[in-house]
Amino acid sequence: MWSYLIKRLLHLVPLLLGVSLLTFLLMSLAPGNYFTALLQNPQISPETVDRLKAQFHLDQPWYVQYFYWLKNVLSGNFGYSMAYHIPATALIFQRLWNTFLLSFFALIIAWGVAIPLGIWAAVKKDTWVDRGCSFFAFVGLSVPDVLLSLLALWFAAATGWFPVGGAQSPLYDFQSPAQQFWDRAHHLILPAVVLAASDLAGIMRRMRSCLLDTLRAEYVTAARARGLSEGWVVYKHALRNAINPLLTIFGYSLAALLSGAFIVENIMAWPGLGRLTMEAFFAKDSYLVVDCVVMATALLVMGNFVADLLLAWSDPRIRLK
Amino acid sequence: MNATTPIQNSIAEQPLSPWQLFWRRLKQRRIAMVGGVILILLYLVALFAGFVAPYSYDRQDRDRFFHPPTWPRLSGFRLVIPRYEQLPGDFNYRAVPADTRPVHWFVRGDEYKLFGLIPATIHLFGTGDERYPVYLLGTDQFGRDVLSRLLSGSQISLSIGIIGILLSFTLGMIIGGISGYFSGWTDTLIMRLCELIMSIPALYLIISLRATFPPGMSSAQLYAMIIIILSFIGWASMARVIRGMTLSLREQQFVLAARALGQTHLKVIVRHILPNTFSYVIVAATLSVPYYILGEVVLSFLGVGIQEPNASWGNMLTAAQNTEYLRNYPWLLAPGAAIFITVLAFNFLGDGLRDAADTKAL
Repeated sequence: MWSYLIKRLLHLVPLLLGVSLLTFLLMSLAPGNYFTALLQNPQISPETVDRLKAQFHLDQPWYVQYFYWLKNVLSGNFGYSMAYHIPATALIFQRLWNTFLLSFFALIIAWGVAIPLGIWAAVKKDTWVDRGCSFFAFVGLSVPDVLLSLLALWFAAATGWFPVGGAQSPLYDFQSPAQQFWDRAHHLILPAVVLAASDLAGIMRRMRSCLLDTLRAEYVTAARARGLSEGWVVYKHALRNAINPLLTIFGYSLAALLSGAFIVENIMAWPGLGRLTMEAFFAKDSYLVVDCVVMATALLVMGNFVADLLLAWSDPRIRLK
Repeated sequence: MNATTPIQNSIAEQPLSPWQLFWRRLKQRRIAMVGGVILILLYLVALFAGFVAPYSYDRQDRDRFFHPPTWPRLSGFRLVIPRYEQLPGDFNYRAVPADTRPVHWFVRGDEYKLFGLIPATIHLFGTGDERYPVYLLGTDQFGRDVLSRLLSGSQISLSIGIIGILLSFTLGMIIGGISGYFSGWTDTLIMRLCELIMSIPALYLIISLRATFPPGMSSAQLYAMIIIILSFIGWASMARVIRGMTLSLREQQFVLAARALGQTHLKVIVRHILPNTFSYVIVAATLSVPYYILGEVVLSFLGVGIQEPNASWGNMLTAAQNTEYLRNYPWLLAPGAAIFITVLAFNFLGDGLRDAADTKAL
């Protein structure tokens, strides 16, 4: 188990290096940088801009910039945000935490609703329950995140039950800890539900088809022939095997979730990585864009790593390989 | 019965080809056929968008911002459009029931180019009277007809899906075929690259790619850019699956036979191996088109795709991000409904195709 774990972790290192190198290359291909705009400013002399450029190593070729960047990142320093004028490390980790919170709760909602619904649809195959679930899944798969987020905004604005965007109210700093907790939760609910809704349908359909496949297996027929109750057969014999293939789509579901979070963050003004990426993109703050992309990738590969661990834990065949 | 009948029968009942079997199974799935018919209609309307749209996509009616949808009514045997009068206050309109004009078919109106080439002025319907506009889906914040923009945008949004899929799947099939056929270090290199691309969350990669293009591009350049960006990301997952299929296909005897007959590696891959993956590819393509359409929508929505005044389903939705607009003028969400219907139709068709291609099921 430990050797498996370490092997998987070591696999992540070249991947993250490759992703950062690729993003750096793309950013170096981008025409202009933050200082091109500064040059237009008559209050800043060209010498100052040159000095600043040298300070950020922007006068060097891109691979030299990359090694400076890598050296800093390895010592825990994500550079300086040129647009925000603050060290990027604090900014990145604050936004990363927000994206993590949003994705984590969306994940819990999506899987918490999809698994029971999928089981229910499989057990009641070809009844109105099954048809209702499959219709719902088709609709859920087809509603774009953009539309769903806009509808949620409209809902929040029309009913006033939820705040319209943001992660905390303006008076957050003056509140008691209990109020702060409630304030954060209140802001989190609607974006998390929107994000979960887009992910839910796929998981539910997968759960249904996996369980149906398992229910057709011979050992299930054997269990029924021995006179076991239907509930015991489904939950004790079939379900444990049906869950395994589902864990492998966990990774895909996470990737979709992070892309979905990008949209939800930008529409519902949730201060996460996706929103920061767009802000950095428009400000031409290229280091910050690279930081964001690498962090989002790290979040995704860590999620996949957890999925692998879960799979190894639930299926001994994978551990032994 | 005379003696010739059984012979004729045996001639008449030829075994069905795989494609005929596939078509027969597909026809049994009503929901897939519904999806297919909706898609054919959508693409036909997009093809003749300038003709079906009552106005040009950039025509501004400066007297009627945020005009509500006008619905024609039946008066005798004719459809009539009431005149709307503006009430005091912000963009408040009321229909004047007695004051109407009939809807005419094939009326002259704004100039447009049919298929992007032939200049024309005939529109499918309209009143031909400036004071009695037909705004079936209302107007936006600049007084432009939402329906006309929706139709003009459908040309962009719908075609990007198809062209993007063609480009990225061709690329993915060839690269995946090469990777699986040659194996060794070529395979390792290509697969590592695929892993790299697939491990970056799609939208983050899209935005980094978008940054490499210069600002101030023309609308045709932006259109090509979106397709290039989406294809750059899309080929990886296809290449991985095709590689897996090629790995098992290349061990089969027909590949050995083709090699023994002296065919080149490339010919073996393109002519003999890849055709065996077509049924999978067609299903995967149908189910992937929505992702390309949504990719364009998101890029344009965020303001880095198709730019105003050109219409796309994504940049039309940008106006709906304003909650004040959204509450008072909900018809701005019409492009969202169009996206939903298109994606739903693709999912219906793709699901049916998958079931029909799965020969084990019957």
